Amino acid sequence: MSAYRDKDPRIHGIQSRIRVVPNFPKSGIMFQDITTLLLDPKAFKDTVDLFVERYRGKNISVVAGIEARGFIFGPAIALEIGAKFVPLRKPKKLPGKVISEEYELEYGRDCLEMHLGAVEPGDRALVVDDLIATGGTLCAAMKLLERVGADVVECACVIELPDLKGREQLNGKPLYVLVESH
Amino acid sequence: MFAAENGLKGDPRLQAISDAIRVVPHFPKQGIMFQDITTLLLDHKAFQHTIDIFVDRYRDMDISVIAGVEARGFMFGPSIALAIGAKFVPLRKPKKLPGGEVIAEAYELEYGTDCLEMHVGAIPPGERVIVIDDLVATGGTLSAAIRLLERVGAEVVECACVIGLREVKGQRRLNGKPLYILVEPREIDGCC
Repeated sequence: MSAYRDKDPRIHGIQSRIRVVPNFPKSGIMFQDITTLLLDPKAFKDTVDLFVERYRGKNISVVAGIEARGFIFGPAIALEIGAKFVPLRKPKKLPGKVISEEYELEYGRDCLEMHLGAVEPGDRALVVDDLIATGGTLCAAMKLLERVGADVVECACVIELPDLKGREQLNGKPLYVLVESH
Repeated sequence: MFAAENGLKGDPRLQAISDAIRVVPHFPKQGIMFQDITTLLLDHKAFQHTIDIFVDRYRDMDISVIAGVEARGFMFGPSIALAIGAKFVPLRKPKKLPGGEVIAEAYELEYGTDCLEMHVGAIPPGERVIVIDDLVATGGTLSAAIRLLERVGAEVVECACVIGLREVKGQRRLNGKPLYILVEPREIDGCC
């Protein structure tokens, strides 16, 4: 599901503020840079508002944001809808007891961690990141939440790269995005 | 300067914020009492108070940019920026910002050096900036942030942190820039 296809009038401004950087971090990748979106207060506010409008009143108790660009959008959404914000971090950053979930990269593996006790069984959770590509990171995030008994209601991203079919990697969980980039 | 000395003495929100911060002993190494703000982020009211206090302070100061230090500065900065209608600029670890045009500023760690980067062109000269991070210890990272911003001609109005460690107590300025801090570190009894 995407606001892009729903043609909310704010989408055009948001999409136009995202800068595409060719060949970053390596040749062939068209990197979707959201830092230019953050330089436009109205477009940034519209981005957060679109998520808040969707999730307000849906009894979401946790917004989990993926390091580091998920930290830019997640807390603002959490504050507006009255939810906890939980950072999902690269290894060894969180100081307390954690659980870890490994996931595949194109070359090698990486790992996401969450504090034990941050999320409780029955918590209704959103996972937020700036972008979904292959879905590997989002999938690891969902697993972390489900391992502690949370109910992942939806994954929310600003940008989807539909050609990478990340949506199909989410074990049937819904995905909501604002813009698509082919 | 601490918020309690600057108009917020006795404000119950400061106590709520302090109470919501968790101390983790001996992280990342022996002897360090780590001030963990993730528990503050779990306390919606206290988290909202944190943002509100900064927003109330900066709303009428003609601030056009909030610059947040990766990664915990990203958890506070954007909400402040959104509330006051300012841009948000992330100050990042090396090689994270895409596009060729970044400037970098190195700073000292206890062992070795680290580096902070910013996109060239993110901030036109003369814009008024607040730098935000969760905590200030020695001030090394914040000083690097100030230098980065001044190199592009921005005016750093103040540095804002949720927590300020002992080293900065009594210091009202960092590199000549004012420091605004909400709370002191929490201590825990009977430990080490």
